[in-house]
Amino acid sequence: MKKSVFFGALAATTVLAGSAFAGTLDDVKARGELICGVNVGLTGFGAPDATGAYVGFDVDLCKAVAAAVLGDAAKVKYVPTTGETRFTALASGEVDVLIRNSTWTFSRDTDLKFDFVAVNYYDGQGFMVKKDLGVSSAKELDGATVCIQTGTTTELNLADFFKSNNITYTPVNVADDSEALRQYDAGACDAYTTDASGLAASRASLASPADHIILPEIISKEPLGPVVRHGDNNWGDIVRWTYYALLTAEEKGVTKANIDQVASSTTDPEIKRLLGLEGDMGAMMGLDKDWSRRAIAVSGNYGEIFEAHIGTSTPIGLARGLNALWTQGGLQYAPPIR
Amino acid sequence: MSLLYIRKDMLGPSAPPASQTGAIRWLRENLFSGPVNSILTLLAIYVLYALISLSWPWLANGVWTASSLQECRSIVAASAGPDAGGACWAMIHERWHQFIFGFYPPDLWWRPILAFGLLFVALAPVLYADNKSAMSKLCGLIGVLAVLCLIGADGFSFHTVLAIALFAGLTAFAATKPRALLTVTILFPFIALWLLWGGSIWGPITALLGFMVMAMIYSLIAPKLGPVMGASLGFIAACLWWLFLQSYVSEAWQALLPLELTYVTSDKFGGFLLAFVIGVASISISLPLGILLALGRRSDMMLIKTLSVGFIEFVRGVPLITMLFTASLLLQYFLPPQTKFDLILRVVILVTIFSAAYNAEVVRGGLAALPRGQYEAADALGLDYWQAQRLIIMPQALKISIPGIVSTFIGLFKDTTLVSFVGLADPLRGITTIVRADINWKGIYWEPYIFVGGIFFIVCFGMSRYSMYLENKLKTDHR
Repeated sequence: MKKSVFFGALAATTVLAGSAFAGTLDDVKARGELICGVNVGLTGFGAPDATGAYVGFDVDLCKAVAAAVLGDAAKVKYVPTTGETRFTALASGEVDVLIRNSTWTFSRDTDLKFDFVAVNYYDGQGFMVKKDLGVSSAKELDGATVCIQTGTTTELNLADFFKSNNITYTPVNVADDSEALRQYDAGACDAYTTDASGLAASRASLASPADHIILPEIISKEPLGPVVRHGDNNWGDIVRWTYYALLTAEEKGVTKANIDQVASSTTDPEIKRLLGLEGDMGAMMGLDKDWSRRAIAVSGNYGEIFEAHIGTSTPIGLARGLNALWTQGGLQYAPPIR
Repeated sequence: MSLLYIRKDMLGPSAPPASQTGAIRWLRENLFSGPVNSILTLLAIYVLYALISLSWPWLANGVWTASSLQECRSIVAASAGPDAGGACWAMIHERWHQFIFGFYPPDLWWRPILAFGLLFVALAPVLYADNKSAMSKLCGLIGVLAVLCLIGADGFSFHTVLAIALFAGLTAFAATKPRALLTVTILFPFIALWLLWGGSIWGPITALLGFMVMAMIYSLIAPKLGPVMGASLGFIAACLWWLFLQSYVSEAWQALLPLELTYVTSDKFGGFLLAFVIGVASISISLPLGILLALGRRSDMMLIKTLSVGFIEFVRGVPLITMLFTASLLLQYFLPPQTKFDLILRVVILVTIFSAAYNAEVVRGGLAALPRGQYEAADALGLDYWQAQRLIIMPQALKISIPGIVSTFIGLFKDTTLVSFVGLADPLRGITTIVRADINWKGIYWEPYIFVGGIFFIVCFGMSRYSMYLENKLKTDHR
């Protein structure tokens, strides 16, 4: 008897928990603050600066969502999440949205009950070697020692790649990026493999970056994007379309600097819809008319955010590559806003 | 006839052979007393030489002012040649505040500094019992240091004047009425809580009232129903106060007399501030808890004994990391959604529980080392259980356990760095990762570890020296 009461209470709690998650938008509005799960520190993508303020490519998307929903990009609480805690933090409702370099995979989407609402960065695993090794392709790395972070998918990708090319390697296991860089720099391994975006930042931090090259092979697909919980599609829509608004803005040449001028002079119906001058797009997801305009005004369109934090003008110096707009040969493609 | 020569006065002592005096003798006795020792000495000298010759240029070429690792490298290359290595201390120079305070707002740094100074004042009567001169020296020294830090952080402001007056007063107290400082010790947790997190002052005061409720109920009930009943009823009453009444009373007072500091949220805590908050809170709660558990484990009462044994064995059987993950992840699932249960508080509770179980076993070792006669003597004197524990058993058992207790504390303090696994910004890994994520400092490796390791060493070495002092002071045997 007692037991059934206990389980009843447990079930009731679960139902309550479910219902509380149902309206993330209402929760965020009531709280007056967006809780965004971010990286504890990843160069260019998300980390606190010297004053403790979070900056980065992923962080700017958090700000854009906050601006769209709450009207103020500063109303974000950043919760640092590690590789171990990130998904539990999202599933338990501790964060509203997770924007921290999480790879979209089948099992995370289905089994963990998340929705990857968009891909804001197409990454892939690559190799960095010293120039004087005389290697120009990863397929020539037969017998090489490779520095690899343990417990990540990169480890499995590496094994697959070498096996499928019938070549051998000796792994040098390291715990994190700084240690890997240390080992690589000290000559403990011939090649260092991790996500290409991370490699670029690592290469930039070496004493003489020109002595090191990143090999052309990308051996895995790592689509990174914002993640929300299953079951609250409206909230997922808001995050997704905030991101697509930034993309569309780049496609249409709307920037942080010219947004007001464009809004007052444009005749393009698509820009009018994007900026909320025509139709009532915001109301369809429970927001006001100016949601996208505010989101773009925070740190500019997708291209501007990219250039500000990780683009070729920064020391990290990543080229747009796969992340160029579809009109420029990349994969970034926003569905029409209509 | 021959005249015998008789020496009338003693010959002066001749100097000992060169091999038996001064440095040479010392060397012979300590370093070269035999072939094996000679070889080991030479080896050790070689290793030392190798280590120093490797690291000295790196340390000597250190750069203190630069804005990025690349700039450090170019400065080193310009001053010591292109192949020379050099430490880049400029990173510490630029980011030291994050290692110390985390993200605590700079204009509020005076609050943690003041709390840290008061911590030592609060510790003084515990550390030095009735030793007036040691207490007043400690208070004075800490006062001077705290004021210097405040001037450094804040300039000469109102807080500095306040701190000078406060520490001068406390030092005077320590020199004249050392017992009175115990009040500071009792009030310190509430003062520190208020200083660090801020908010309304009525929160900590009404929380303190909860303990007063507990004490009152205890003093009413204990004479009639015994100390255990008194303590547990008092505890229940205090919990009721905290859960249901406290918030209303504190809000009412706040409305009546608003007195508050800017509220600082827990996610601003980091670096050594975080390590000290977790370390000090856990250490000070886990010792009494550990003693109670040790007594529980040796108790004759079946239920208490089983519970204590079960608790200790369960907690000791689980790694600390598991407990931390429980604190940060699992509790979120069990608690109702939207519950605001502070992550630092969760971690403190779990770390306390962990260290209490270890302390319990250390104290039990001390209890077991006492001869049976001591217990029987206490019984023969007609002391009841708690009197016997307080007057006869504990003073001896704790004295035996000092080294073990202190090493648990040192371990606990160092374990606070593990909180980086649950996303808190501990000084060793958390802040270091954040600093390295800045493209200017990416690739820096040894410097943050040396800096943080150095501070940890000072703190832990201090604890260990204090425990040796205490052992010496309490030594009563006749060896």
